[in-house]
Amino acid sequence: MNKEDIDRALTRIAHEIVERNKGIEKLCLVGIQSGGVHLAKRLASKIRLIEKKDIPVGSLDIAFYRDDLNIRKDQPIVRRTEVPFEVTDFKIVLVDDVLFTGRSIRAAMDALMDLGRPAAIQLAVLIDRGHRELPIKADCVGKNIPTALSENIEVQLKEEGMEDKVVIEKVGE
Amino acid sequence: MNVLIKNGHIIDPSLRIDGIGDILIEDGKIKEIRIQNIVPPPPHPLPQREGESLKIPYPSRGEGKGGGKDSGLRTIDATGLLVVPGLIDMHVHLREPGFEHKETIKSGTMAAIKSGFTTVCCMPNTFPVNDQASVTEFIIRKASQEGYCTVYPVGAITKGQRGEELAEIGTMRNEGCIAFSDDGRPVMNSLIMRRALEYSKAFDVPIISHCEDLTLSEDGVINEGIISATLGLKGIPDEAEQIMIFRDILLAELTGGKLHIAHVSTEGSVKLIREAKTKGINVTAETCPHYFSLTEEAVKGYDTNAKVNPPLRTKRDIEAIKEGLKDGTIDIIVTDHAPHHMDEKLREFDMAPFGISGFETALSLSLRLVEEGILSMSQLVKNMTLNPAIILNIPKGTLRQDTDADVTIIDVNREFKVESEKFVSKGKNTPFEGWLLKGCPVLTICKGKIYEW
Amino acid sequence: MLNKKDLLGIKELSVEEINLILDTAAGFKDVIGRDIKKVPALRGKTAVNLFFEPSTRTRTSFELAAKRLSTDVINFSVPTSSVVKGESLIDTALTVQALGADFVIIRHSSSGVPHLLAKKLKASVINAGDGINEHPTQALLDAFTIKEKKGNIEGLKIAIVGDITHSRVAKSNIYSLIKLGANVRLIGPPTLIPKEMVTLGVEIFHNMEEGLKNVDVLIMLRIQMERQGKGFFPSTEEYARNWGLSLERLSLAKDDAIVMHPGPMNRGIEIVSEIADGPRSVILDQVTNGIAVRMAVMYLLAGVKR
Repeated sequence: MNKEDIDRALTRIAHEIVERNKGIEKLCLVGIQSGGVHLAKRLASKIRLIEKKDIPVGSLDIAFYRDDLNIRKDQPIVRRTEVPFEVTDFKIVLVDDVLFTGRSIRAAMDALMDLGRPAAIQLAVLIDRGHRELPIKADCVGKNIPTALSENIEVQLKEEGMEDKVVIEKVGE
Repeated sequence: MNVLIKNGHIIDPSLRIDGIGDILIEDGKIKEIRIQNIVPPPPHPLPQREGESLKIPYPSRGEGKGGGKDSGLRTIDATGLLVVPGLIDMHVHLREPGFEHKETIKSGTMAAIKSGFTTVCCMPNTFPVNDQASVTEFIIRKASQEGYCTVYPVGAITKGQRGEELAEIGTMRNEGCIAFSDDGRPVMNSLIMRRALEYSKAFDVPIISHCEDLTLSEDGVINEGIISATLGLKGIPDEAEQIMIFRDILLAELTGGKLHIAHVSTEGSVKLIREAKTKGINVTAETCPHYFSLTEEAVKGYDTNAKVNPPLRTKRDIEAIKEGLKDGTIDIIVTDHAPHHMDEKLREFDMAPFGISGFETALSLSLRLVEEGILSMSQLVKNMTLNPAIILNIPKGTLRQDTDADVTIIDVNREFKVESEKFVSKGKNTPFEGWLLKGCPVLTICKGKIYEW
Repeated sequence: MLNKKDLLGIKELSVEEINLILDTAAGFKDVIGRDIKKVPALRGKTAVNLFFEPSTRTRTSFELAAKRLSTDVINFSVPTSSVVKGESLIDTALTVQALGADFVIIRHSSSGVPHLLAKKLKASVINAGDGINEHPTQALLDAFTIKEKKGNIEGLKIAIVGDITHSRVAKSNIYSLIKLGANVRLIGPPTLIPKEMVTLGVEIFHNMEEGLKNVDVLIMLRIQMERQGKGFFPSTEEYARNWGLSLERLSLAKDDAIVMHPGPMNRGIEIVSEIADGPRSVILDQVTNGIAVRMAVMYLLAGVKR
């Protein structure tokens, strides 16, 4: 996917979110650190263009909720969780760059639950690469990209000093 | 059994010998020395035939190591090896009686022999303290029964080493003590120290002083300085040692007693002793290999094996001690062999006991002084043989004819790695673990008996 | 990355490692400010508080930190009687490890004890204060608090006042604040400041008024009553008159200077109540931040495979 493909996919997802929720009443976006945070902000500005209203955006760090802390070699870097609004009774759209095993989303849901009791949680991702290990399904998907397990998929974004691009590479290359 | 040591490089400062030659040992005594070029001095001149080696009337039977019949002759080829009088270590702790878990007379003297020492003087801080003739008698008897080398006990200056009342110096002297010391503790009371230096004159024995002002070193565990400040360990300033050295020098001057300063560790101490010697005061001094080989840095990481009293000091002090050895301010090198059980060292730094198991690294570390050009080989040998023999007034440290056949044969080129597990001593407490050292004894003869490795 | 099994002291940490701990602590500070003050990060782990010295504050702080990481905590109190019984330190520590400890949090009156245990134990050893050596988590929480209040530590003028010689808090703070680029000055009587400390790059002042001029941060140390009568200073009254923090003396510091104290305080001796309870005091922030910093330390140490 190139810059234009990514932008088109995000525009479509923005429309889907608004349509699905019949507006943005009691709705907010929460990006998962770190790629999801940038995408959530981009979606928020697109939604603003559609609805002419601001939608709250937060960021969520899931390091403390990961299920692989006991088996990783290094602890994941802890980034800030900033959800500057009340979660309880809000509909929350979790935003992430790549949906893979589903484990990060499970951790994110747990992290959200510890912040309060949301009315609903939805999931929007730019890429779904398959290979789910948990019963989790995205509500909005930018693009389905079937991959082999031996492949790595990386979403590069201009917010991190790179050109917008999705790269697939063989592991070890 | 008789022994012929052939073609060794013989150094004996007591006979002013430094040359290639042979030594014949008969019945546990030195029988003859034959040097190819240099003639040993009288009173017992050897038959001289310039340039030829000694002709021995006995044929070599080529016997196996150590064993064999008493009547045989064993020939030892010492080509390329150094042959010196058996080394003397006048400051060791054999721990028996009372602390046999740390060391015994048997294990300690075996370690001494392995390390080239044929004579050791054991300090009195045993349990009970060697402050009376019965303890002296026990040590000497035990050493003659189980010991491998000659053991001379050092008696306590004061009863129980408490620094309050003089011990029976004369009686202990008659029983076999050759010097007196409260080693491990100073004699804090100046009057008692004065009396000791005065009284000991009657028996012509040296007073060995452990110089430490306890009120100043109070609970200190390492050298005072930036290392003690940053490790959070209580420091002992140089002055704790120097104040007492200065006091004892003044008392030696006052009394004319024979003062020997134990384990000198600081630059200031060397200076004080040098000045005293210049003034003609009857003072001698010793240092230990760790004080010219290690600095206080060795305790970093809280290595209790580097915890020793006096503490390891700084680079400057090392340089001063080397200078003191070079110019003769410091007369001898001793080990202050202070073995401890592993469990005692494996604990809180503050609570671990002071001391280094010193025998098995001493000679190699001292040989580094020769390598560095600080001492000549002959000076080093003198420091470890003739000088202590003179200070203690004992018939040791010489290859003179008819003296005990105590000989140490050294391979100055043999390299080895320090592995405390392989120590013969029960004390594995060494800060030199893993060091690569050069030069070690390969064969030690004590009263004619051969030990080799 | 904190590539260490143990936290023994600030001396052993790089600037990057200190910053990593402080950044990670910021994440935990968010957590402990929430209604649900607990995360599952270290679920199933066990921490043992092995305290050979009495302590309520530090022990409680570690206990809370562990609990908020979902780690089980055991307080293994070591009364003096068991020392009398003759169990060696190593045996006690091995016993604690055999009970299943992943973290051994140790406080001991002898410097270097955590270092000894770290060599002998597979568990992560965290130094909660050893003798007069270090108290690394206190220095980390102090740095965190200063950063929180002042934004940055680099270039700040920071005074540490009191018994430097016998204070592990002071030692750890000196190492960390110097590494983080502060100008550190020590103030106190000459008997309580090792003069060799200047080689570390600190300034030493024996006059309180001179030392406090224009400082941004004051770290007041607790004066231990048992030092009285040992010749370090003649009386606590005299100490208070010369090195106690009064309102007049505080006015010599910068207007926005903050005042810190590791606790427990001797009110009226090293610090007057008007300051301790006043607007410049961040003493209670230090307590709160202590939990976040200790959570960060445990979280980061848990990542190293053994």
